[in-house]
Amino acid sequence: MLTTLTMPEKTILHKPDFTHTPSVDQVGIIERAARFTKRSIKNETKMNGLLLSLNMIDLTTLEGKDTDGKVKQLCYKAIHLHDVFEGLPTVAAVCVYPSMVAVAKKALGSSGVKVASVATAFPSGQSTRDVKLRDTRYAVQQGADEVDMVISRGKFLQGEYNFVFDEIAAIKEACGEARLKVILETGELGTFDKVRKASEIAMYAGADFIKTSTGKISPAATMPVTLVMLEAIRDFYYKTGKMIGMKPAGGISKSKLALHYLVMLNETLGEGWMNNQWFRFGASSLANDVLMQVMKARTGVYQGKDYFSID
Amino acid sequence: MATKNNTLKLKFDSARNLAPAPESKNAATIASRYDLFVNGKFEKPLSRKYFGSINPATEEKLSEIADANAADVDKAVKAARVAYDRTWKKMPAKERGKYIFRIARMIQEKARELSVIETLDGGKPIRESRDFDVPTAANHFFYYAGWADKLPFAFPGKDPEPLGVAGQIIPWNFPLMMAAWKIAPSLATGNTVVLKPAENTSLTALKLAEIIQEADLPPGVVNIITGTGATGAALVNHADINKIAFTGSTDVGKIIQRAIAGTNKKATLELGGKAANIIFDDAPLDQAVEGVINGIFFNQGHVCCAGSRLYVQESVYKQVLRKLKDRLETLIVGDPMDKNTDIGAINSKEQLNTINKYLKIGQQEGAEMYQSSVDIPGKGFFCRPTIFTNVAQSSRISQEEIFGPVLTIQTFRTDDEVIEKANNTPYGLSAGVWTDKGSKIFNLTTKLRAGVVWANTYNQFDPTSPFGGYKESGYGREGGLHGLAPYLNLDKDCSFNRW
Repeated sequence: MLTTLTMPEKTILHKPDFTHTPSVDQVGIIERAARFTKRSIKNETKMNGLLLSLNMIDLTTLEGKDTDGKVKQLCYKAIHLHDVFEGLPTVAAVCVYPSMVAVAKKALGSSGVKVASVATAFPSGQSTRDVKLRDTRYAVQQGADEVDMVISRGKFLQGEYNFVFDEIAAIKEACGEARLKVILETGELGTFDKVRKASEIAMYAGADFIKTSTGKISPAATMPVTLVMLEAIRDFYYKTGKMIGMKPAGGISKSKLALHYLVMLNETLGEGWMNNQWFRFGASSLANDVLMQVMKARTGVYQGKDYFSID
Repeated sequence: MATKNNTLKLKFDSARNLAPAPESKNAATIASRYDLFVNGKFEKPLSRKYFGSINPATEEKLSEIADANAADVDKAVKAARVAYDRTWKKMPAKERGKYIFRIARMIQEKARELSVIETLDGGKPIRESRDFDVPTAANHFFYYAGWADKLPFAFPGKDPEPLGVAGQIIPWNFPLMMAAWKIAPSLATGNTVVLKPAENTSLTALKLAEIIQEADLPPGVVNIITGTGATGAALVNHADINKIAFTGSTDVGKIIQRAIAGTNKKATLELGGKAANIIFDDAPLDQAVEGVINGIFFNQGHVCCAGSRLYVQESVYKQVLRKLKDRLETLIVGDPMDKNTDIGAINSKEQLNTINKYLKIGQQEGAEMYQSSVDIPGKGFFCRPTIFTNVAQSSRISQEEIFGPVLTIQTFRTDDEVIEKANNTPYGLSAGVWTDKGSKIFNLTTKLRAGVVWANTYNQFDPTSPFGGYKESGYGREGGLHGLAPYLNLDKDCSFNRW
């Protein structure tokens, strides 16, 4: 994949060619993803998985109607998931628009919960590079620990792979210390082959995480799409020695599904990825379903929805 | 960026160490003793002998099974003959179909019990019994039930007639499913049956006998007699059998062929295999690796069409090998009743000894053996999933059927080379081809001498699809339209337009 382009006066090394990337068999990937759902997760394995799921959540609010008040409440929830149950972990991060980063940063204080900000003309990405860079720099200046960018799907589908690559690389540079999550918006890419290609571009361009979806397009994350990306991460790891994180986002609202994802993660990338440094769930309603299961495990009975707060 | 590819390793220990998730034994009722199912009733064997059947995962005795002798076989064949002459061949085809549909539905109703017994008796993972064996068995009855009153449409211009009494002998790897593959087409075509299950795994066939009894099938139409090889020999040699259907080893298949030479008995034989699974460098590699895993480790490798010889194009060999080793590490080996088990118990001590013998031979031949690091139970018959590299066409482990979770890997350079090597075996049951290129698939499917060639998948079964071998893998086809023909006399042309 790596070729050398010789140009007058200078040599650009490692300019990737993304025309040919590994192919994915649609039937095979769907079958394999379904196989993970056959694992029966019980007792201590289930409890560990539930607590880990909570700790991997990027608690998200990305709405036009978001206000300081709403974000503050969400941040409180992020730290105090369910105080009745002592010793619960916090979520991994709170994910907001750039204009809400400062509010979230202050509300989360020293809790250890990260602030993630979407950027780059989220969710469509239909703007100029300059606007996207300024959007990113603004989020970082406001205190974002993590930036969730979107790729230019239009350019990608036009075959302008180097444009997409360069854009991600530029955003990565603008992130500075902040970790970069690259949203492929797989629901707009159309095939598993394209998801694989976009994953390769993002990883080689400097992504710290690759992420399925904005949550604004259906379908959002699915297990087969996530598996394609996990396999791309595995191959990249073996080629370069560099670990890349994974974030499925949108549509994961039940704890059982979250456990299926963790089984898939564990059997594809192994123990090294089984923590919130390398895996996140982008979700807003998953936390309460997991909390419900955690309480069921402790008390033996299911409690009603109204026993769990809905910030 | 530091690149230390050869030192990188993913860790999968926690992926394998899940909390136990056992299926309940109480879902099944197993009697302490089973008699022979002859003429619609369970009857004590004339031999008065019984033998034990054990759970290969625990070595505990499950039940006692009647050991039919020649007199018992004769009684069963007579019952089948009477049922054929007096009832079954005269019955309107539509009525025959109703019985077969009824059996299919009852298998579905008792699916949980059947899968638990299949797993306890044979050692296969409950996930496979539940998701594959039992549903596929029911599907075969459903499929052939539909053909019962449509045979003239299956063979236009012919006047298909049943053959009479079919003697059927089935193996221990898919006990219930094999019984279904044999019984369903015979009933649909108007034949009656004497079926002998494998001695290690008779229990689900006997449960099927209970279902057949409950379904009110006329007495004698299906008779199920248990016993050893001697019982099978008596069945093959019985003078009043019209057709032999056998699935099992090539050695026994040859004995059967000799035994029926010069008689009027028709036969279909589905025998051994040593299938080539071929990965080209343009294949979707992760899916290909998954297909290789399913191809060889499904049912502990006790599969006649197992993809036991892997051919990988040299340019992707290293990648494929690493992916295979990683995937091997995630396979859970152990209690077959645990819902998370991927590889259960080897079916018998004898079979485990055979497999271990080949592991030794492979190492003596200079092949490199790699096994997953999984812990296996101390009791019962278990074998770690194993791959051999540095193997040649002339190695015994790549020539002989091992019938266990053992994969040999060879590399190739060109299409012609791999076609030649894949065909370079006495067997010809199945093959697999992995490539992103459609034209390559068609080129290979026309040149590979195997009854089934799977493209970008492996071990897919459907009642509508015929299955059977070339060369020493046997002859005749089971499944689909083709599976009807071996149970019919198609010599007569249709003399009038019955429709």
